[in-house]
Amino acid sequence: MTAAPTGWSVPQPLRVARVRRETADVATLELMPDSPFAFAAGQFNMLYVFGLGEVAISISGDPEATDRIVHTVRAVGAVSGALMRLRRNVVIGVRGPYGSAWPVAETRGSDVVIVAGGVGLAPLRPAIYRVLARRRDYGRVVLLYGARGPGNILYQRELEEWRRRLDVDVEVTLDHAGADWHGNVGVVPALIPRMSLDPQHAVALVCGPEIMMRFTIAALRDRGIAADRIYLSMERHMKCAVRLCGRCQFGPHFVCRDGPVFRYDRIAPMFGVREI
Amino acid sequence: MEGLERIVLEHPFFAGLGPEFGAAISGCARNLRFAAGEYLFHEDEPANEFYLIRHGTVALELHAPGQPAIVIATLRQGDILDAAWLVPPYRWNFDARAAELVRALGVNARCLRDKCEADHDLGYELMKRFVGAMGERLRATRLQVLDVYGPPRA
Repeated sequence: MTAAPTGWSVPQPLRVARVRRETADVATLELMPDSPFAFAAGQFNMLYVFGLGEVAISISGDPEATDRIVHTVRAVGAVSGALMRLRRNVVIGVRGPYGSAWPVAETRGSDVVIVAGGVGLAPLRPAIYRVLARRRDYGRVVLLYGARGPGNILYQRELEEWRRRLDVDVEVTLDHAGADWHGNVGVVPALIPRMSLDPQHAVALVCGPEIMMRFTIAALRDRGIAADRIYLSMERHMKCAVRLCGRCQFGPHFVCRDGPVFRYDRIAPMFGVREI
Repeated sequence: MEGLERIVLEHPFFAGLGPEFGAAISGCARNLRFAAGEYLFHEDEPANEFYLIRHGTVALELHAPGQPAIVIATLRQGDILDAAWLVPPYRWNFDARAAELVRALGVNARCLRDKCEADHDLGYELMKRFVGAMGERLRATRLQVLDVYGPPRA
């Protein structure tokens, strides 16, 4: 689904109202816009650290909470590292929202399986909020989340809250852990054969490192979920966000405008091709 | 159908298995129960039995001197543990700890190997299932080793 390109086309100076340290290299920033900020689950903003540069970061808050803009940032480069280290009251530039969105409303009536890996839970969180807000409109809801280790679990408190609900199946698995970890150890795709849902009527939303998504999609297909019922959020280096610079080109698509959320069958021939 | 044979045939790992094979396997099997924290086996011990997990979670652990054990995988109801019994030197490669109460079917390795030698149809049927399961675990281990959630590679 492609959302209408509305919002700010030039960076708006916004003050950081709150910073929450999620893990050693991930932080969540809350920005307070002067006027309501509308976005669709799955979209991203360009965040500008003045004097340093701009990066594309998914919006990780609730789309209904238009009085704040929430981003979860992992420090991987100079700009994201600076964002991760920001403190309260610092001003950054924000333009957006950009890109396509998760098909949250379109999948009402279906079972929903949400598969996230690492910081890939952040772009999915707005969709989770919306699905849970209208829980009765969906069939079974399954959330599968994979992380590196116990210290790398994102949104731990919310995961625990969701797990306590009786109407959501939440499974967290780690790549490795100590003996004091009582949950799953293993990879996310290994959880898929155990899911309790109707594959004919299920829609899958997937976000994580591309290799993890390849393995996950293979497992979802083995489970009987059709390619046109699988959506994934692609990560490519996005520079302009307005389909001009070509940095994020993915075959005939521009991830910044045609994505980042794609229906899998539309990109399947290119997905996993080394040269693209 | 005897109780153990029914349990063998109802276990997901043996889905679709012919009843004659079910009878052969159950002839080598026994019911087992492990309390939380109890070890099913330790690394380098003889793999005299393999296990069909019926209930509970088993943590597979590796350890290094002076360091806490690392859990490398967890197995649950419907999984098998493992293939070391099938090929020489028939020794376990890791520790297996019951992370909670575990109920399992233990299948005597020598008994079943002898039956596989005597009946190659049974041996081939088992080999196909174990190779498939080991292939899946190898794929999962490759993904784990890639450390896809770790720091980006330069």
